[in-house]
Amino acid sequence: MSATAARDRPQPILIMHQVRGGYGDADILQGVSLTVMPQEIVVIVGPNGAGKSTAMKAVFGLVRIRSGAIVFDGEDITGWSPDRIVRRGISYVPQVDNVFREMTVHENLEMGAFLAKGDLSAAFDRIYALFPDLKAKRHALAGDLSGGQRQMVAIGRALMLEPQLLLLDEPTAGLSPKYMQQIFQICRDVRDSGVSILLVEQHAKQALAFCDRGYVLATGANRHEGSGRELLENPEIAQMFLGG
Amino acid sequence: MMEFLNFYVVPGIVTGSIYALGAIGITLIFGILRFGHFAHGDLATSGAYLALGATALLGLTPWAALPVAMLLTALLAYGIHRLFYRHLESRPKILTVIASLGIGMMLRSVVQVVWGVDPLAYGSGIARAQAFGPLMLRPREIATLALTLALVATLLAFLRYSKWGKAMRAMSDNPDLARLCGVDNDGVTRLTWFIVGALAAASGFCLGINTELTTMMGWSAMLSMFAAAVLGGVGRVEGAVVGGLVIGLAEELSVLVVPSPYKSATAFVILLAILLLRPQGIFKGKVL
Repeated sequence: MSATAARDRPQPILIMHQVRGGYGDADILQGVSLTVMPQEIVVIVGPNGAGKSTAMKAVFGLVRIRSGAIVFDGEDITGWSPDRIVRRGISYVPQVDNVFREMTVHENLEMGAFLAKGDLSAAFDRIYALFPDLKAKRHALAGDLSGGQRQMVAIGRALMLEPQLLLLDEPTAGLSPKYMQQIFQICRDVRDSGVSILLVEQHAKQALAFCDRGYVLATGANRHEGSGRELLENPEIAQMFLGG
Repeated sequence: MMEFLNFYVVPGIVTGSIYALGAIGITLIFGILRFGHFAHGDLATSGAYLALGATALLGLTPWAALPVAMLLTALLAYGIHRLFYRHLESRPKILTVIASLGIGMMLRSVVQVVWGVDPLAYGSGIARAQAFGPLMLRPREIATLALTLALVATLLAFLRYSKWGKAMRAMSDNPDLARLCGVDNDGVTRLTWFIVGALAAASGFCLGINTELTTMMGWSAMLSMFAAAVLGGVGRVEGAVVGGLVIGLAEELSVLVVPSPYKSATAFVILLAILLLRPQGIFKGKVL
């Protein structure tokens, strides 16, 4: 249903326009622009220190924005606080420390819906259908899970409130290739369920091969953009950091 | 054997319950707010004397005065947070630790000014112990154990099943992620101080009713309470209970081996040993 709606009005779900900003006095972002369409997986790649994670955190209100604008679903959310952004429909999965280690898988998911009122059973069913592995481990402590399963808990937690946009900061960092492909497959499933995804990836080659569209950032600004295939075939990008 | 049970084990468990109630507060503050609260003993003293004040002013029996004292001490703890600790939240934690030492002295001095420095008691008369098989228990000892059991069970159920209890555990576990989930960390902090204040009052009251009220009572018991919290695992409520009982028993049993003036050094020895051998404590708490 949402797929048809998306085709009828192809307006971007997220627009970042010429965003400059950072944490202290120095601006890490020197004018980043990007868009995410409904039901699209967009990946940000780039060399270390390019400002990939910072660009994503800027969307979630974790970075001081000096100039530029962030528009989500037609509404200007520049300078909003993270909890307001969560309520508006964006979820964020940090790269590290993204689960409550001393709480069970089920409680982790429950914390993801902390702002929700009423019955959560439908949300739990939805997440457990997406991650059957987690259902079996629902009473295990998140800290006792493997890295890949922990990443699933983190993504599941972020999906509890049915966000329209999911932000993933290097979800495959430190995972084996098998788990990396599993996480990518989960991203596709999540997209097909109607959620847009913006993710930052260190594994540029694999990420560009699986995403719908990609942005290459360097020194805090856009360098290239295009479909994953176009970017992979661009010799300049290959030279830059794909080790080719 | 009976003598051993009635003169060492029973008092040890009673003392241990009192330590447990204090240690829970210390471990909650350590876990959620991440600092060692050195005004905790004097918060317990304040609670004990507030209960005394309630018996005198309202004409309540000591046990009826306890809920009043718990409520007032909860408000006192929250007030201290609002007036002092809150302003240090973004500064290095050591500043709050040192500030809490000062707050402790302040509380103690206020108690000394209001109630004087001589020992006081909640009631007169000697409570006779009742026989339960081989065990001889005084009513106040039974009440202390029952109160501890009830408060611990309530707190554990609250932390495990209620929304705000889970928020407290989430904040203790990962404060940044809790904020990302929309948890109001300031609200959790306020709630923590209320709970901690009420438990401190219960601890001070039980100490007072089983011994006597002195202005130094909380300060002197605090080392044992800290030892109990670390022994059980910092941040772990069930650990603080087990730790409290172990320290209480160890102190009472120590007089079988060493002269009784060394009783209070037992907690010190256990604290040192646990920090050296298993710094995460029995229940795998945070390593300081």
